[in-house]
Amino acid sequence: MNTKVTIAGVEFKNPVMTASGTFGSGMEYSQFVDLNKLGAVVTKGVSNVPWEGNPTPRVAEVYGGMLNAIGLQNPGVDVMMERDLPFLTKYDTKVIVNVCGKSVDDYIEAVEKLNDSTADMFEINVSCPNVKEGAIAFGQKADALYNITDKIKRVSKKPIIMKLSPNVTDITEMARAAESAGSDAISLINTITGMKIDIERKKFVIANKTGGMSGPAVKPVAVRMVYQCANAVKIPIIGMGGIMTGEDAIEFLMAGATAVAVGAANFINPKATEDVVNGIERYMISHKVEDINEIIGCVK
Amino acid sequence: MFYRNIDEGKVISQEEISSGIFSLWIKNEGAKHANAGQFVGVYPNSKDTLLMRPISICETDASEGKMRLVYRVAGKGTKEFSGLKENDSVKLLANLGNGFPVDEVKGKCIVLMGGGIGIPPMLGVAKALKGEDVHAFIGYRNKDLFLSDDFLPNCKVYIATEDGSVGVKGNVIDALKASTGLKPDVIMACGPMPMLRAIKQYAAENGIKAYISLEERMACGIGACLGCVCRTVKKDEHSHVNNTRICTEGPVFDAEEVDI
Ligand SMILES: Cc1cc2nc3c(=O)[nH]c(=O)nc-3n(C[C@H](O)[C@H](O)[C@H](O)COP(=O)(O)OP(=O)(O)OC[C@H]3O[C@@H](n4cnc5c(N)ncnc54)[C@H](O)[C@@H]3O)c2cc1C
Ligand SMILES: Cc1cc2nc3c(=O)[nH]c(=O)nc-3n(C[C@H](O)[C@H](O)[C@H](O)COP(=O)(O)O)c2cc1C
Ligand code: FES
Repeated sequence: MNTKVTIAGVEFKNPVMTASGTFGSGMEYSQFVDLNKLGAVVTKGVSNVPWEGNPTPRVAEVYGGMLNAIGLQNPGVDVMMERDLPFLTKYDTKVIVNVCGKSVDDYIEAVEKLNDSTADMFEINVSCPNVKEGAIAFGQKADALYNITDKIKRVSKKPIIMKLSPNVTDITEMARAAESAGSDAISLINTITGMKIDIERKKFVIANKTGGMSGPAVKPVAVRMVYQCANAVKIPIIGMGGIMTGEDAIEFLMAGATAVAVGAANFINPKATEDVVNGIERYMISHKVEDINEIIGCVK
Repeated sequence: MFYRNIDEGKVISQEEISSGIFSLWIKNEGAKHANAGQFVGVYPNSKDTLLMRPISICETDASEGKMRLVYRVAGKGTKEFSGLKENDSVKLLANLGNGFPVDEVKGKCIVLMGGGIGIPPMLGVAKALKGEDVHAFIGYRNKDLFLSDDFLPNCKVYIATEDGSVGVKGNVIDALKASTGLKPDVIMACGPMPMLRAIKQYAAENGIKAYISLEERMACGIGACLGCVCRTVKKDEHSHVNNTRICTEGPVFDAEEVDI
């Protein structure tokens, strides 16, 4: 049975990754999950300098999922390289560093520093809906996305994955912009902008007012968007949004994703990533799938 | 005593000890390794809910491997827990957070302060410090007391009620001020934010060391999501910004180190 998939020349032992921001840099969840069993660990978004993030409350439970407005708090790329990446090199898994920024120059600076690190790929977060200072624009306008993809691609020594925001009218337009600017792959979906109001206190539950929705309730939206993008571009797709089980992951693969990422499910079940790996294998055995690549995009 | 696992707990007993306040005894592995002031994440079963509910460990019986959780029904998750019966299973993320530094304060004059649903973890602290010079100040809204008798074998107990129906009228600080002659070296406290702010200020003004236990909305409970942070005075060692994770570096902090 083959579970290996390849994206931009990088081979993953299986298609299961962690979704950025839900798994730290792997250290915390390594108490529950054998990181060697995962296709890749995708780190929390990191910027050129440390970011403080948003005020609290930053998270709220909603029906079928959660809202978050962490605001991309992170210790900066230097700490990531000194502390987190050396930790991850101890494991036999691929490492994808997720990068965020407030300007094109921020992204370039972070990517240039990470160029000589042990990271296998970069995932570029142009879609975090929580940072007001411009990040939103890169992910929501095709020309801005083209421009930033092109600039990062010129300096990056590693393959890049542009991570798309679902908060757009036509996701395929974004996917095409990333592809034509040279992105090696795309990942989707980031969180869907939401809001929750506490009717007793007459206040927003999240201090930032809005928060990104994720968790099981967003899965149908995510599967649809992955399917649309798979039909619009030739570069590989990493699908995510609401994956809780192996069966959920198979849906994304059939819709056209080459790999998947598990996010909010980690909070609901700390062993979720490993459970998804095992669930995929069980499906392959029971459905006599010899090679995982057979089912990628099999539903037309 | 670091212990971290997904525990399959078994309910030993549950009782409503005051209106809307439940006391739940659970048998689980984490109970053998808990520090006073740590908490657990209790997973509701209903598909209406997803995230674990953080609840402080009220007390443990390590030899029997059981822990007590005392909680107020506040919403969907705690409502579900209130229906748990003997022999039901409960999934717990155990044990979380640091706990109070009980070993560092031995030999000193120690004041414990608990307000409302912040009282339960202070019982575990009182038990851990039994035999020391400990004075517990516990504050309630009215005469619907809970856990006050459980403190009695462990330390001196002082009660405050907002309406004055039992003990000193006012809050726990009013009760401490009324106890002339008591000069604490250390205060350890858990309760609502206004109470903790007042304790931080009182301790600073009187040269008393204070440890306070904080609450925040949580998702992961283990330091991965950065949902539960609190502002810090100095840059935090882990985050490299003035924010620290309550679930991991806390919930108990030296009051001088947090900006609340
Ligand atoms: C470290 C810590 C220790 C705690 N110890 C206790 C305790 O010993 N006894 C007790 O009664 N309560 C305690 N709480 C508060 C308790 O976690 C909440 O009352 C509980 O989560 C409410 O869940 P619910 O489903 O009933 O309410 P809902 O309002 O339906 O919950 C919705 C979401 O909001 C979260 N939430 C709601 N209120 C709070 C709150 N005050 N703090 C954190 N998250 C909240 C829930 O966890 C859930 O994710 C503690 C909180 C923390 C952070
Ligand atoms: C708490 C939290 C933090 C997140 N942080 C990031 C981040 O730093 N960078 C990023 O690209 N996406 C971030 N995301 C989005 C996830 O990586 C993922 O795209 C999204 O949550 C959908 O997957 P899920 O439904 O499985 O959670 C975050 C999501 C959550 C819930
Ligand atoms: S709850 Fe996730 S970091 Fe504390």
